Amino acid sequence: MSNLGTVWGYRRENGRVGIRNHVLILPLDDLSNSACEKVAYGVKGTKAIPHAYGRLQFGEDLQLFFRTMIGTGANPNVAAVVVIGIEPEWTNIIVDGIAETGKPVTGFSIERQGDYKTVEMACWKAYEYMQWASELKREEVDLSEIWVSTKCGESDTTSGLASNPTVGNAFDKLVAAGATCSFGETSEITGAEAVCKQRAATPEVGEEFMAIFNKYQEMIDRYKTDDLSGSQPTKGNIRGGLTTIEEKAFGNLQKIGKTSKYVGCLDKAEAPTKPGLWFMDTSSAAAEAVTLWAAAGFVAHFFPTGQGNIIGNPIEPTIKLSANPLTCSTMKEHIDYDCSAILRGELTLDQSGDGLLELLKRTCNGRLTAQELLGHEEFVLTKLYESA
Amino acid sequence: MIQFLVHETADSVGVATVDIKAGENAKGLFMDSQKGIEIKALDDIPLGHKIALNDHADGGDVIKYGEDIGKVVANIKKGGHVHIQNLKTKRW
Repeated sequence: MSNLGTVWGYRRENGRVGIRNHVLILPLDDLSNSACEKVAYGVKGTKAIPHAYGRLQFGEDLQLFFRTMIGTGANPNVAAVVVIGIEPEWTNIIVDGIAETGKPVTGFSIERQGDYKTVEMACWKAYEYMQWASELKREEVDLSEIWVSTKCGESDTTSGLASNPTVGNAFDKLVAAGATCSFGETSEITGAEAVCKQRAATPEVGEEFMAIFNKYQEMIDRYKTDDLSGSQPTKGNIRGGLTTIEEKAFGNLQKIGKTSKYVGCLDKAEAPTKPGLWFMDTSSAAAEAVTLWAAAGFVAHFFPTGQGNIIGNPIEPTIKLSANPLTCSTMKEHIDYDCSAILRGELTLDQSGDGLLELLKRTCNGRLTAQELLGHEEFVLTKLYESA
Repeated sequence: MIQFLVHETADSVGVATVDIKAGENAKGLFMDSQKGIEIKALDDIPLGHKIALNDHADGGDVIKYGEDIGKVVANIKKGGHVHIQNLKTKRW
């Protein structure tokens, strides 16, 4: 038992702990979105997560696609899955991948049956799964069993001052207690990459980070159409008081705290293999990045924002915090945790980190996040290049 | 009421948490030690912008988050506004 206390979670067949109990209707491809949405309409409580891809992808991009789809179904926040695809072969790749967790999963394919027959069969299976899942009971688990990811969005100077270091303080406490945590946003570390490299647990892991960082920089150099130096920091960043790219990057890195060292680097949507802090190679686009962490098995996300990014995810609850008093008042319905008292000197980072961990516990125990209440369920796949 | 915050004891700048007017004796707080600090502002420092905690000579460094965030390109007096007119990135 850690010193963090316990929460009530769902222990899944493979031993992992979830904090939600979704029954997913997962489309293999864009063509199957409609059938999935019909099934979700027909069986209340289930959730379809439509997306735009799954056809004619190949190579590394196809591998990432399968890893993301299988990982999404395998996430411990998901109790059971119905997969629908246009044809049976790729559908079964996803079904077999999810089945490795031991959770109930069944696939259906539309060719030679049509939408109506497929939807009818899938509805009966979803009905059975939903009723079964509705009787699953939560059990008491240590908070360190909850995998937590973080990325920020629409940052301003209040992010570097208060909301990012609040996450850093909470992460230091989680990691010290044996939890599994992750950060990413490869390109937004530009300017602080040498310090980020030093935060690796071993020199080998630091070198691995630098290789990923350099590869991402090369990709940006390959596709950019103008000189990025004119846009980082952005004009808005500068108006807000940020002067250099280094300053912006160090503000971003506040999310990993003061003491934690990352124990490894993960490819996109790749699951960690042991507890500790992990770097994941992700884009800095919020919905894409959170989708990758959910597919890697993370069950809760800390999302600090300055100006008010409103992103959410269908299966990984996204806890939003802000220290910008204007954002906290004008966009109140989007913010779970207001830490603007830090700016007034009325709240220390240590107290704020504790406050965020308390809110994480309540979220684990079933409190709905702002994003869940508002229905922000941005499921966005990362695509590496064109389809064939 | 505090008017600026300093991330770490080693930092050479603080960040305004309200608009600070030139000539004001601005009250600040170190976030790590929770110690207070007071500095006479030489310039207007808008919310979110940086105030120099000591004199910075041209060619020196500015330290924030305990880290080097760029090079000084024009002398900065204690209490002065630190921004694009006197601080530049070392990246490009």
